[in-house]
Amino acid sequence: MTTDHQLTVDHLTLGYGDRTVVTDLQVDVPPGRITAIVGANACGKSTLLRSMSRLLAPRAGQVLLDGKDVHRMPAKQLARTLGLLPQSPVAPEGIAVADLVGRGRHPHQRILSRWSHDDDVAVAAALDATGTAELADRPVDELSGGQRQRVWIAMVLAQQTDLLLLDEPTTFLDVAHQVEVLDLLADLNAARGTTVVMVLHDLNLAARYADHLIALADGRVHAAGAPGDVLTEETVRAVFDLESRVIVDPTSGTPLMLPVGRHHAVARL
Amino acid sequence: MTTTLTAPPTTASGLDVAQGRARRAARRRTVLLLLVALLVIAFATTLMVGNTFYTPSEVVRVLVGQDVPGASFTVGTLRLPRAVLGVLAGFAFGLAGVTFQTMLRNPLASPDIIGISSGASAAAVIGIVVLGLGSTQVSILAVVGGLGVALAVYGLSATRGGVAGTRLILVGIGVAAMLDSVTSYVLSRASEWDLQDAMRWLAGSLNGARWGQILPLVVALAVLGPLLLAQARNLAALQLGDDTAAALGVRVGATRLLLVVAAVGLVAFATAATGPIAFVAFLAGPIAARIVGPGGSLLLPAALVGALLVVAADLVGQFAFDTRFPVGVVTGVLGAPYLVYLIVRTHRSGGSL
Ligand SMILES: Nc1ncnc2c1ncn2[C@@H]1O[C@H](COP(=O)(O)OP(=O)(O)O)[C@@H](O)[C@H]1O
Ligand SMILES: [Mg+2]
Repeated sequence: MTTDHQLTVDHLTLGYGDRTVVTDLQVDVPPGRITAIVGANACGKSTLLRSMSRLLAPRAGQVLLDGKDVHRMPAKQLARTLGLLPQSPVAPEGIAVADLVGRGRHPHQRILSRWSHDDDVAVAAALDATGTAELADRPVDELSGGQRQRVWIAMVLAQQTDLLLLDEPTTFLDVAHQVEVLDLLADLNAARGTTVVMVLHDLNLAARYADHLIALADGRVHAAGAPGDVLTEETVRAVFDLESRVIVDPTSGTPLMLPVGRHHAVARL
Repeated sequence: MTTTLTAPPTTASGLDVAQGRARRAARRRTVLLLLVALLVIAFATTLMVGNTFYTPSEVVRVLVGQDVPGASFTVGTLRLPRAVLGVLAGFAFGLAGVTFQTMLRNPLASPDIIGISSGASAAAVIGIVVLGLGSTQVSILAVVGGLGVALAVYGLSATRGGVAGTRLILVGIGVAAMLDSVTSYVLSRASEWDLQDAMRWLAGSLNGARWGQILPLVVALAVLGPLLLAQARNLAALQLGDDTAAALGVRVGATRLLLVVAAVGLVAFATAATGPIAFVAFLAGPIAARIVGPGGSLLLPAALVGALLVVAADLVGQFAFDTRFPVGVVTGVLGAPYLVYLIVRTHRSGGSL
């Protein structure tokens, strides 16, 4: 089996009610790489991710997985190839970590099938990969934000998909935990070739961790490509309506964006 | 690369996970056995206790079909249908209640709070008093009434962004109040009704249970019960939010439709047989959740708790006081404080239901 699944968005238009949110979008997700999607609040990032995992039917255009329209694929079959961690998943009250992670096995189970050894092995591997094994018996609602986020990632890992979509996996985490989560995703990508697509708010971390950066503005792709080409002062201005300086990140060699506000801008970098 | 995760040096093995799961499941198994035992005891007590007390051996002889003077009529014809109806109605209310509460992720979203029981009850009363229908037709009308109310509540609470839980519950409570007054009005117009009959349609009662009344409920449970139980995994996925469930391969819309129709069907058939026994659907799920602990499906535990509640409350209503009270009055007294508690807690924890 190969992880080189081709996920493509073709002339995609999305909306809610009579509002159009995403217009005639073209996106190619490079297989086996990490893609980050950035853009201002409410520009349609979550909407795009939801449609990629068939939660939202397109107005026009298609989402293609290996050339097949995902909205015509059987739900469970798609869920065995493509996993999604939504922006705000809900943990049932009091549920133990291992039980929550076990829910990620849903697409591999049939209505009345018993819990299998494969399920247990997959849950154990997911707990290990996310460093949450020692939390297995703890109730999820007693964990810290960083731990909880790792548990949710463990749940999508237990799904054992070759493609992983994550909607703001680092929001609400402190900087150390943000880096921890991104390192974890980079590990997965390196070790298993998992294709990762994530929405991030921190442009600098996005530029550092992504192989491919997509900047969305008003439901259209403003720029897409290598972070060095995409994260420019011009992009920041167009996408966020913000003046900035972009320098080279001394720790990683990737672009580093420094916002320029109306105050405290004393020196020209 | 393969899709199976081959583990490097591990800190958790499949065995660890299996053992943890077994540990958590052990409590559940104990509680389920305990519930079954309590239900059997309550059921047997219903058969033995009354104006005349019959010994367990007399009761057993009646059950296996022997002719026992006195007991054959009292136990076989009066008490047995009452006990069976209590158990079946409890199953139906418990299953339906916990299905709604789990699906909508809110303990207040049970069918007896959001107007579905009231709809079924109003339809049944209209069927009997105004249209003069027989019991099967009344059941069907109750199902239509229940589904109609479910649709109406859904429609009235739908906004452009979908259906918000709080709105649905508030609309449901309003609709329930409206329908209850319809029931009262129709009952007040029917001169030949006595208080007992009226209470049945207002609060629920097992008085005068007959086999003919039970049959439609048996059929409904036999069809819809397994259908709901088979949805346990989908329901567990829906608990994580609609988006997560869909990402796990659940067809959210179709699953929700199936769950709603099956749960409303159960409530309606049970209501047509016993009236809307107050708060059983509302209480069974939270009680079951408290005693079996988190993680597993609550469908079966809630069904057992529902049955236990009805049968035990009926015993209390019949024998604990000088006057006999219908079962729904007793469960109503039990449920009301919990409803107040939930609303107060909700209010304290920041407004949204
Ligand atoms: N379920 C919904 N119903 C109606 N409008 C929605 C819904 N979800 C999102 N929107 C709207 O679509 C736009 C894009 O939202 P979203 O994709 O969540 O943006 P973001 O880029 O911040 O993730 C926003 O204006 C939002 O208000
Ligand atoms: Mg978003």
